[in-house]
Amino acid sequence: MMIGLEHWTLARPEIFLAVATALLLLYGVLRGEVATAFISVAASVALLATAVLLFTPYREGTAFATLFITDRLTTTMKALVLVGAAVSILMSRAYFEQVRAWRFEYPLIVSLATLGMMLMISANDLMSLYVGLELQSLALYVIAAFHRDSVRSTEAGVKYFVLGSVASGMLLFGASLIYGFCGGTSFVQISQALLAGKAEEIGTVIGLVFVVAGLAFKISAVPFHMWTPDVYEGAPTPVTALFAVAPKIAAISLTVSVLMGPFKPLFPQWQQIIVATAVLSMAWGAFAALRQPNIKRLMAYSSIGNVGYVLLGLAAGSERGVQSVVFYLAIYMVMTLGVFAVILAMRRRGIMVEGVSDLAGLGKDHPMLALAMLIFMFSMAGIPPLAGFWGKLYIFMAAIEAELFWPAVLGVLASVVASYYYLRIVKVMYFDEGTEALDSSSFSVNRAVAMVAAVLLAVFSLAPQPLSLIAEAAAKGLFP
Amino acid sequence: MVIGLGHYLTVAGVLFTLGILGIFLNRKNVIVILMCVELMLLAVNINLVAFSAYQGNIVGQIFAMLVLTVAAAEAAIGLAILVVYFRNRGSVEVEDINAMKG
Repeated sequence: MMIGLEHWTLARPEIFLAVATALLLLYGVLRGEVATAFISVAASVALLATAVLLFTPYREGTAFATLFITDRLTTTMKALVLVGAAVSILMSRAYFEQVRAWRFEYPLIVSLATLGMMLMISANDLMSLYVGLELQSLALYVIAAFHRDSVRSTEAGVKYFVLGSVASGMLLFGASLIYGFCGGTSFVQISQALLAGKAEEIGTVIGLVFVVAGLAFKISAVPFHMWTPDVYEGAPTPVTALFAVAPKIAAISLTVSVLMGPFKPLFPQWQQIIVATAVLSMAWGAFAALRQPNIKRLMAYSSIGNVGYVLLGLAAGSERGVQSVVFYLAIYMVMTLGVFAVILAMRRRGIMVEGVSDLAGLGKDHPMLALAMLIFMFSMAGIPPLAGFWGKLYIFMAAIEAELFWPAVLGVLASVVASYYYLRIVKVMYFDEGTEALDSSSFSVNRAVAMVAAVLLAVFSLAPQPLSLIAEAAAKGLFP
Repeated sequence: MVIGLGHYLTVAGVLFTLGILGIFLNRKNVIVILMCVELMLLAVNINLVAFSAYQGNIVGQIFAMLVLTVAAAEAAIGLAILVVYFRNRGSVEVEDINAMKG
């Protein structure tokens, strides 16, 4: 008899990705470095195929006793993560070839990290949460240091590893307290214990605070953001693009399903914490980036700010709130991938440059690229009618419905401050005199990604309705 | 004196705090930080096993096994990253990790 294994086919996409990665690893080991180009494309295809598998056929339920859950929210989030990871692999070639780190392990480690993200999105138990999170984190520590001849890349790896393991330790300590005071690790048991009043409330809340601290680190929310600027700046640029998108979406999804799922009965307690982190993140993301000369570091602060808005949507604690989170994340992913595609296309005489001032004259030399960047920056600044505006609008509407007036007002103010540095980039591109034009190449993946992202954003801006409906359906997953 | 759940939780709490303090107060060597991380994970294991024995619930012990396994993998990866860093920088002193200011 196989207890708990009845519904294992729910994990079909994950199993497919794991097997595909293992086979590609074997192929890479046998063929050596010549197979890198093939493996890189094959890993992206495998990730996209996994995303297709999520929907053919779409199924819901729990598997492996109650360790693993799939519903509309997890499926939507997994699709976002898979697309983000696949695109970031496709964008990585030019950079790694230039720094002589073009190795076949990179796409495979990204696939493994993505597998970890899928597991943590689907976690329905503290144990599967921890294992998924660590599979993701351990893979990401390695790729932060992937350019192993560079002091900055390896230093980013060391910093990310040390602070990441502290965060995992805190999360784990919280998990052990929750297990002890609720009498189980399954989200179902925790939820039942809290609803029946059988759990020791104080102990559980202390455990929850540790868990939230660990998760806040993973999504780089203030006050656990200190690693973000250094790691984003030091890591190779394609890795930064991945960091800004896939792990962030996965960790936010995990935070949402933990807080809105088993810990919904403790909503009054965790709402205060989430509101405080949200406001601090929005403010820090806006002010710290004002005088930032390095565009990767600037994007790090920008991502801290964006996490603040997402957390504000979560703090609403309503179905509308979750809907706004999903909507915002989808738009954030497209914008961020687009911006990093432009950053990766910034080369002068074959050397990658990453200063904001290096963008000077882009409007004259590369009008299409500059136009795409213009759309991304206006959208990030939240200027109507661009997609980023709709995202922020939904967040603030959810916050106001939940009577979080002051946090919403502070959020709008922070967004005004933040628009300064987004618009500064536009000013540098169009009005500053460039010293020397950036290299032009007839066609590259990065340019294509930037164009597709810009077109997608334009479509979302004019017709936000379909995306909003998808987000609404996803939010229903938590509110059956 | 009977040693109860509270005693175990206190020991675990003290060990965990020592681990955290060790990381943030330590100004010397990254290897010491790795040891402090292990200390934190071991404190968690004491918690899990104590709760498990106290409640007569096997889940905590399974969780402790998972933590042990992951901690081993984490130590391996951490040391590997440190070796790569040492090749570039020639030092693993905490105060030398300063190529980027933040």
